Amino acid sequence: MYFDEMMGEGDAPRGPYQDLANWIEAADAADLRVKQREAEELFRLTGITFNVYGRDEAEERLIPFDILPRIISGNEWRKLTRGIEQRVRAINMFLHDIYHRQEIIKAGRLPAEMITQNEAFLPQMCGVNVPGGVYTHIVGIDLVRTGPDQFYVLEDNARTPSGVSYMLENRETMLHMFPELFSQNRVQPVETYPTDLRRSLGACAPSKAQGAPTVAVLTPGIYNSAYFEHAFLADQMGVELVEGHDLRIIDGRVAMRTTQGYQPIDVLYRRVDDEYLDPLNFNPDSQLGVPGIFDVYRSGGITIANAPGTGIADDKAIYSYMPEIVEFYTGERPLLENVPTWRCSDPDSLAHVLDNLADLVVKEVHGSGGYGMLIGPTSSKKEIATFRKKLEARPNNYIAQPTLSLSTVPIFTKKGLAPRHVDLRPFCLVSPEGIKITPGGLTRVALKKGSLVVNSSQGGGTKDTWVLED
Amino acid sequence: MLGRTANGLFWMYRSLERAENTSRLIETGQRLALTRMGSSDDEWRSVLQSAGVCEGYDAAHDAVTKEDAIDWMLRAPANASSVKTSFEAARANARTVRTALTEDAWEAVNGAYMEITGLLKRKVTERDLPKVLGVIRRRAALVRGMTHGTMLRDDIYDFARLGTFLERADNTARILDVKYYVLLPSAYSVGSSIDNVQWETILQSLSARGGYRAAYGNSVSPRDVAHFLMLDRRMPRSLAFCVSKLRDNLEYLADDYGSRRPSHDLAEELHRSCAVQDIDVIFNDGLHEYLRGFIGKLGGLGRQIEMDYRFIE
Repeated sequence: MYFDEMMGEGDAPRGPYQDLANWIEAADAADLRVKQREAEELFRLTGITFNVYGRDEAEERLIPFDILPRIISGNEWRKLTRGIEQRVRAINMFLHDIYHRQEIIKAGRLPAEMITQNEAFLPQMCGVNVPGGVYTHIVGIDLVRTGPDQFYVLEDNARTPSGVSYMLENRETMLHMFPELFSQNRVQPVETYPTDLRRSLGACAPSKAQGAPTVAVLTPGIYNSAYFEHAFLADQMGVELVEGHDLRIIDGRVAMRTTQGYQPIDVLYRRVDDEYLDPLNFNPDSQLGVPGIFDVYRSGGITIANAPGTGIADDKAIYSYMPEIVEFYTGERPLLENVPTWRCSDPDSLAHVLDNLADLVVKEVHGSGGYGMLIGPTSSKKEIATFRKKLEARPNNYIAQPTLSLSTVPIFTKKGLAPRHVDLRPFCLVSPEGIKITPGGLTRVALKKGSLVVNSSQGGGTKDTWVLED
Repeated sequence: MLGRTANGLFWMYRSLERAENTSRLIETGQRLALTRMGSSDDEWRSVLQSAGVCEGYDAAHDAVTKEDAIDWMLRAPANASSVKTSFEAARANARTVRTALTEDAWEAVNGAYMEITGLLKRKVTERDLPKVLGVIRRRAALVRGMTHGTMLRDDIYDFARLGTFLERADNTARILDVKYYVLLPSAYSVGSSIDNVQWETILQSLSARGGYRAAYGNSVSPRDVAHFLMLDRRMPRSLAFCVSKLRDNLEYLADDYGSRRPSHDLAEELHRSCAVQDIDVIFNDGLHEYLRGFIGKLGGLGRQIEMDYRFIE
C-alpha cells in the first residue's frame, strides 16, 4: 500500500489538498484536457526541451508536464528545510575536510579507501582553499516520502544538479493557466531563484575580483541535454552564457572574448563536468573546457561553482556514510533519514543482496539518470539473472537499497485522476552569507502506472510543487 | 557581449532574410510560369541563379524542372540556402544566442521554425504553394516585428541589423546581376513585351512593383528600374538603402564602444559607391562590373566585421 499525498489513508483529501480537491471536483474534465494540451504547446514554444543521449543528436523532447500540482504544507516544509540545511552544511564541511586534514578518516568514522579508492576523489583539489569556503554553491537533495511524516534522502546532488528551470517554468505555466488556483491558495513564490542564485554566486567571488563580480554560465553547447536550462539561467540572471572556446587565460585570469576584447570573469557557474573542465589538468581530450583554468582557480583568480571534486560527496558509496558524516561535522543527529543501504563491497552485505535481489533496488555507485540500475520487484527473472552476473563481477561498483513504497500524487490522465509515484528535488544555494532553500523544488513523477522510476530519460514527467503559507 | 553571440545574431538574421528572399523568388518564378505561354523552365534556371543555388542544383539534377527547382529552394537539405535549412540555421543560431534575445523574439523564431519545418516535411503541392509561401513570409515578418518591437537598441540589435542588411544587399545585387542585360540601355530599344515581363519580374522578386509605380508612374523603363533598385534611398531593398543601414548600424556600434574599426572605412567606401546620383555613370562604367564589384566589397565588409568584433577566435 502506498501513501497518497492527496487522499492520505482515508477518503477525504488531506489538509493541503482541500482546495485543490474542491477545484477539481468543480472543473470540467474536457476543459482540463484542453488545458493539458495548452500546457504542452506553451512548453514547446518556450523551447523547454532536452536532448536524449544515445538518440539522434538533433532530437529534442519535452519533459511531460502534469497540470495537477503537488502540495506540501508550510509546516512539513519547515521540517524539511531544517534537515536539508543541516545536511548541506555537513557536506561542505566534509568536502573541506576531505581535501585538507581528513579528520573524519583519522577519527575512524570513514574508511580511508572510501576516499583513496574513489574515482570521484580529485587529488588536485587537496590543499586548495576555495573562495568563501564554499564547495557546493548549488545543491539538489532528492527526497522521497513514504508516509505522512516519513521522508528519506534518496540522493545528494553536489556536482551540477539540474532541473531548476523546470521548477521555474512549471510555476510560470501554472500561473498562466490557472490563476484562480493561486488566488485560492497562498503558494510560496519560487521566482526569486535566479536573483538569489546571482547574489549567492556573486558573494563567492575570488580574492582577485575587482568591483562588482562578473558572473558567467559555462555550457558544453547547444547539443547538451540541459542546454535549455543553461541558457535559461544565464538569461534570468542577466549574465553571459559562455562555451569553452569563448574563454582563455590572460594575465592569470579567465577572460571571455567579447566584441570589445577579452574581459575577466570572476565567478563561473559551470555546467561542464570536472573531467572536461581543463584539458591541461584533467582529460586532455576535452574540447569543452579551458586549458589552464584549474591553475587560475588554485591561485584565487576565479571561483568555479560548484568546486571541482565535489562529486566525492554525492557518490553513492559515500551516501551510505552520510548519517555518520552529518553527526561528525555538526555534532547533531541527522534530521533527515538516509535510506538503509548495503554496500556490495562488503562481503556480508553482498551475500545478503545476492539472496534478496528480487526485493531490492541495486544502483551503480557512480551512476545517475536512472541508468544501469536494477529494480528487483519490477524486473523479470532474466533481467535479475543478467544483473546478478554484473554484480558478482564488480561488487564494489554497486550499492543496494530496499524498494521504498514511494508516495503517490494524482496525475491527470485521459481516464481522470490516477495516482503515480513521485520524488522531490529541492534546490539549495550556499554562500558565505548563508544557505537559501527555494520553497518547493522539482517534483518528478513516474507517468507509467506502477513505475518507480521518475527520471525524465526513463519516461518521467514533472509537476509544479507548491509549498503553502500556513 | 560575447564575440560568439555577435556571430550568432548576425547569422540568425542573415538566415531569416535569406529564407524570406528565397520564398519571394519562388513566388516570382511561379507567377511567371503561370502567366506565360509555353515552357518556362529557362525562367526557373534564372530563378535558381538569382537565389545563388544553381551550382548545387545542377550537381544534384539532370535538368531544370519547375517541380525540382521549387523543391530544391524550399526544402532540399543539401541546399544550404533552402528555406528549410535557412530556418534551421536561424533557429540553431537563435538557440546559441538565446540570452541575447527577448522572450518574444525567441518564441517568434522558434514558432516559425516549428510551423515551417512542419509544412516542409513533405513535398509541397502546387495547390499548397501559395499558402506555404505566405506562411514563410508572415513568420519571417513576425520575427522581424518582435525584434523591432521588443529588443533594446544596443549592440545586440546592431549585429542583428548588420546581418539583415548585408544579406539583403547581397540578394538585391545578385538578382540585378543575373538579369543585368535586360536593364542595359540597349535592351530599352528592343522594348518587346518579353522585356517588359523581365523588368516586372525583377521588380516583383524584390516586392517593389507598387513602390516603383508610386515613385515613377506606370511606364516601366529599364533605366528607372535600375535607378530605383540601386540608388533610390526610399526603397527598403535598394543597394543604397541597405548600405546606408549598414553604415548607420556600424556607426551606432562605434558610438557605443567608443572606437572605430577598419569595417567602418569599408562601409564608408561602399556608401560612396552608392552615393552617385546618376545611373548613367554606372551604365557607362559597366553595370555588370559595378555589380560584381559591389558584391565583392560586400563580402569583404562581412569578413571585416567578423574580424573587428571577434566573431571567431
